[in-house]
Amino acid sequence: MNDPILHMQGVAKRFTLHHQNGAELRVLDRVNLDLHAGECLVLDGPSGMGKSTLLKLVYANYRTSEGHIAVRESNGDTLDITHADPRDLVRMRRDTVGYVSQFLRVIPRVGALDVVAEPLLEPMHRDADALEAAREAARQWLTRLRIPERLWSLPPATFSGGEQQRINIARSLIKPRPLLLLDEPTASLDKVNTQTVIELINEAVARGAALMGIFHDPEVGAAVATRRIDVAQFRSAA
Amino acid sequence: MSTPIKSHPSPLLRVRSVSKRFGQQVALREASFELWPGEVVAIVGESGSGKSTLLNTLAARARPDSGQIEFLGGDGEMRDVHAMSQAQQRLLARTEWGFVHQHAADGLRMDVSAGANVGERLMSLGQRHYGQLRTTAEEWLRRVEIDPIRIDDAPRTFSGGMRQRLQIARNLVTQPRLVFMDEPTSGLDVSVQARLLDLLRQLTQQMDMAVVIVTHDLAVARLLAHRMVVMQRGRVVETGLTDQLLDDPQHPYTQLLVSSVLQP
Repeated sequence: MNDPILHMQGVAKRFTLHHQNGAELRVLDRVNLDLHAGECLVLDGPSGMGKSTLLKLVYANYRTSEGHIAVRESNGDTLDITHADPRDLVRMRRDTVGYVSQFLRVIPRVGALDVVAEPLLEPMHRDADALEAAREAARQWLTRLRIPERLWSLPPATFSGGEQQRINIARSLIKPRPLLLLDEPTASLDKVNTQTVIELINEAVARGAALMGIFHDPEVGAAVATRRIDVAQFRSAA
Repeated sequence: MSTPIKSHPSPLLRVRSVSKRFGQQVALREASFELWPGEVVAIVGESGSGKSTLLNTLAARARPDSGQIEFLGGDGEMRDVHAMSQAQQRLLARTEWGFVHQHAADGLRMDVSAGANVGERLMSLGQRHYGQLRTTAEEWLRRVEIDPIRIDDAPRTFSGGMRQRLQIARNLVTQPRLVFMDEPTSGLDVSVQARLLDLLRQLTQQMDMAVVIVTHDLAVARLLAHRMVVMQRGRVVETGLTDQLLDDPQHPYTQLLVSSVLQP
């Protein structure tokens, strides 16, 4: 069997709240988990169980309290993100790991088309040709996700929740990264657009990406899952 | 299997155990961090935490009592900034470095024209061709969104936001590899701030500059910086990716800082 794209071993996450008498929240414990290319792992469990926390640990947004998280990068090397230096994490996010959150973090004054195109622009290669190629790809994504063309040049700050979420999906998926983390990507989408996102997820799996996601809507989860786990099993006994 | 070749084998700036005191007052205690080419690092902390003192020692505007600050020269050698002669420091400051002050009046010549403000660094490097200097100045005014029709006006007649943008043009005209910024957006109206921040974000990306920005505004750090350095009472108490520090702060002081603002 091939090496997994994601390997989590003995991972625990605790939050220490120094200003609430040092209270300790133990969210996850003894997470052992492998994720391979072509898999879509759906995380189940009631809210507050640590599903989002698990995704944030893999994205290195949260820092791991215990254990190891290894990600196989697009160049074939393995990065232990629990010990990686920030530059390696920046590169990992650029090339290897995509994260689709529920909400778009709006950048003032940048139009929707460029918000979506931006991940395709490598630092130091931002000439006019590269920009046009990235914008052309972005146009296709926006079309597919049914963002009306009159909105493309406008900054998404004033868009509806559903429109912002679709901009975010396009921005997060436009670059074909090997590992994708999805945190309720269809939360505020209508049926038609939800169906499109299901198709996009299945296409990513088909091209060999590894996906791990949280889907509040059971139909979406059922339509994309190749495997499911209940995150409750990673709750600490204490 | 071959090891990956890192495009930059050494940092642009290496800061080791820098300390400084003013009389009995300790301003910096053993501050250390590294900055890599193209990286934007925000130094955050409350007033009096030592962040501006740190910035000034990095930029050779103040001498540390101990510790070392090395800068990667164009020849690939790391050089101790404070072991250089003043002439070498001045040359660095007007070629490979930039410094954007909180108060534009500290970084601009308020009574000479906007064009002359932008052209000054180029002239100090020997450019004398008036037409060329003027063309470059016009180009830079446009890049920082100042109407070139204002090229002959003195910054004294500019609004606060325009002055700050002019200060940026004046610094970036020599394409520095490293720019220091001391609270560049504080004191501006919110809408003016957003425009300046967006401009800074675009320019740092386009030019692949490294930036050390001192700010007390975590939203500024969130928008611009890859990494953050948190300072408290002259010490670096936590460093990490910007979103790590804002979303999962570890140190008690960082937790206090993050929980004290409304949605950074």
